[in-house]
Amino acid sequence: MDDRRLETIIGNLLRVGVLLAAAVVFSGGALYLARHHADRVDFHQFSAGSAATHSFHGVIASTTHLNSQGLIQLGLLLLIATPVARVALAVVGFALEKDRLYAIVSLIVLAILAFSLMHAI
Amino acid sequence: MSALLFTALVLSLSAVAGFIGSLTGLGGGVIIVPALALALGVNIKYAIGASLVSVIATSSGAAAAYVREGFSNIRIGMLLEIATTLGAIAGAILAAHVSTHAIAIVFGLALLQAAYQSLFTTGPEVGALVASDALATKLRLGGDYPVDGKRQAYGVRNVPGGFSLMFGAGALSGLLGIGSGALKVIAMDRIMKIPFKVSTTTSNFMIGVTAAASAGVYLTRGYIDPRVAMPVMLGVLAGAFFGTKVLVQARVRTLRIVFGVVVLALAIEIIVNGITGKV
Repeated sequence: MDDRRLETIIGNLLRVGVLLAAAVVFSGGALYLARHHADRVDFHQFSAGSAATHSFHGVIASTTHLNSQGLIQLGLLLLIATPVARVALAVVGFALEKDRLYAIVSLIVLAILAFSLMHAI
Repeated sequence: MSALLFTALVLSLSAVAGFIGSLTGLGGGVIIVPALALALGVNIKYAIGASLVSVIATSSGAAAAYVREGFSNIRIGMLLEIATTLGAIAGAILAAHVSTHAIAIVFGLALLQAAYQSLFTTGPEVGALVASDALATKLRLGGDYPVDGKRQAYGVRNVPGGFSLMFGAGALSGLLGIGSGALKVIAMDRIMKIPFKVSTTTSNFMIGVTAAASAGVYLTRGYIDPRVAMPVMLGVLAGAFFGTKVLVQARVRTLRIVFGVVVLALAIEIIVNGITGKV
């Protein structure tokens, strides 16, 4: 396993992740438009909005109720997960290459990402 | 405006932004935010939330293609991501504490830089290849990349300088919901003396990870509204996909000029609107 091969595998996995996320977002969007196409929308004023779309728990809960916005948000969470998966796979890859320095470097990046996403849980 | 019309308009705008962004290499985020804010009256916080999502989509979606070209350096990228992700969290937190007007003005300044780059950069300056300094050697950052079918080795300098600027690039990304690829390239290409091609592709790989670091903060603060982010993400992805399929090499120079003028106009308008408090 060298860097190039590792990168190719990761790159292809990421593409699958993005396509999957796009498919979920598209489904949620279609459902949203089917139900709410005539709703008046105005995004001029910012309001913190509903908790349903602002946390992992809220998103999962609203998706199980087939809430269209919850479904879109689930797709977006999948998308946000793709770079995180990329870093996690790099940790494994460097460990397999017995490259301890860069396994630790990748682990630090993963910890920072986890810290940031923890806020959303 | 009805939800259907809004979705259709945002989808079209985003597709154009993604298409032009991928052709010019400047990314879609810098156009999508002012376009949403100025043309559709979307609050800039929703606009940057949606843009951040599209930045992750294009970066992750293009990763495989960049690896195939064999230019990106995963060690350099991963090491510098420590700086960009920390910067991104700082920027995202800062975004919650400054006014939308201030964000608009800073965004305008970032647009001015993008316009300048688009209009006046005639191509990569071919810097001389260097040997790695002591720290870069210790960190094994040097690599090789294909030049005319052969592998050309290169070295890396000034890791602390590049690392510091990367923190700034991350902060800008977190504050404005853009990839800030231009600043990342400057850190690698100018400061660390890494070959231009390696810098641009490694920057693309870093953009998604950087954006993911601020995404958590954006999500909790409610910047990512599914009704705005949905058409932006799908539109930018579709646009970027066609951008990579269409070969318009000959017209890229013209396109960059058009893009530069558009971005310049957006920069002036968003700064004026930010100062007068309309955005």
